[in-house]
Amino acid sequence: MQEQNSNTFKSYTLGFFLSIGLTLMAYFVVAQHLLIGWDLVLVIMGLAFIQLWVQLIFFLHLGQESKPRWNLYALFSTGSIIFIVIVGSLWIMQNLSYHMPTEAQIIHDEGIHK
Amino acid sequence: MNHEEAQEKTLLGFWIYLMTDLLSFTILFATYAVLSRNTAGGPSAGQLFDLSFVLIETLILLTSSYTAGLGLLALRRSAKNQVLIWFSITFLLGLSFLVMEFREFSKLIAEGASWQRSAFLSSFFALVGTHGLHIAIGLLWMMFSIILVWFKGITPFVSSKIIRLTLFWHFLDVVWIFIFTIVYLMGHV
Repeated sequence: MQEQNSNTFKSYTLGFFLSIGLTLMAYFVVAQHLLIGWDLVLVIMGLAFIQLWVQLIFFLHLGQESKPRWNLYALFSTGSIIFIVIVGSLWIMQNLSYHMPTEAQIIHDEGIHK
Repeated sequence: MNHEEAQEKTLLGFWIYLMTDLLSFTILFATYAVLSRNTAGGPSAGQLFDLSFVLIETLILLTSSYTAGLGLLALRRSAKNQVLIWFSITFLLGLSFLVMEFREFSKLIAEGASWQRSAFLSSFFALVGTHGLHIAIGLLWMMFSIILVWFKGITPFVSSKIIRLTLFWHFLDVVWIFIFTIVYLMGHV
């Protein structure tokens, strides 16, 4: 029991320092303008997902439960719904705004003269 | 059904609640992602948000998640005083986070950047405000748990409450990482 306790203490502490490091890294990449545009978006999103993984493993101790692991199944199905909702919304709204011309575009395309 | 099995079932039920709560955050994130550039001629994310201020908020919440974890370890050892100390520290950190968020909101509103200004700001206040509301509820819950531990000691009833509270607190920290990244860091891209 004592052994297990010190292990989880180590895992919390490790997770804490990793999270702090990842947060500071993301902050400095943005604040120092080290990257621009899509590269920057991909790097900071990547750092956020690494931190998600760190916290799931070291803080929430996922994967150490007794089987069957219903909580993991719930997490994965929620994850797939999240993916569909976020990507779907962005996709549909992007497409909508692409096909929805502004007034100036309509005037130009239709050759309307005021 | 023995006690341990019942405990495990309760935790799974709570986990499923957290997953549905995650879905409501998902809707708010999706709304924000779609509307974040629709500023209606008003201020944009890059002009409004002070990154170093939000970094401090983030570090405070992160530390509170860690101290809550240490409190949970103390609970497993049935060390009453340590449980009280760690959760009081967590409570104070959570409270400072909430106060900072409140100050940020009132500063924005004073500048005329309230939720009525643009679609971007409506979705911003809805997303960050909902997270803040969760933190406030978590703090109330923590206060009651601390009082319970103080008066009743570490009973099975109290400890199962605190295990769920800690899960909730870690969950809010995970949601905040994405608010920090998507709202604040991406606002400066």
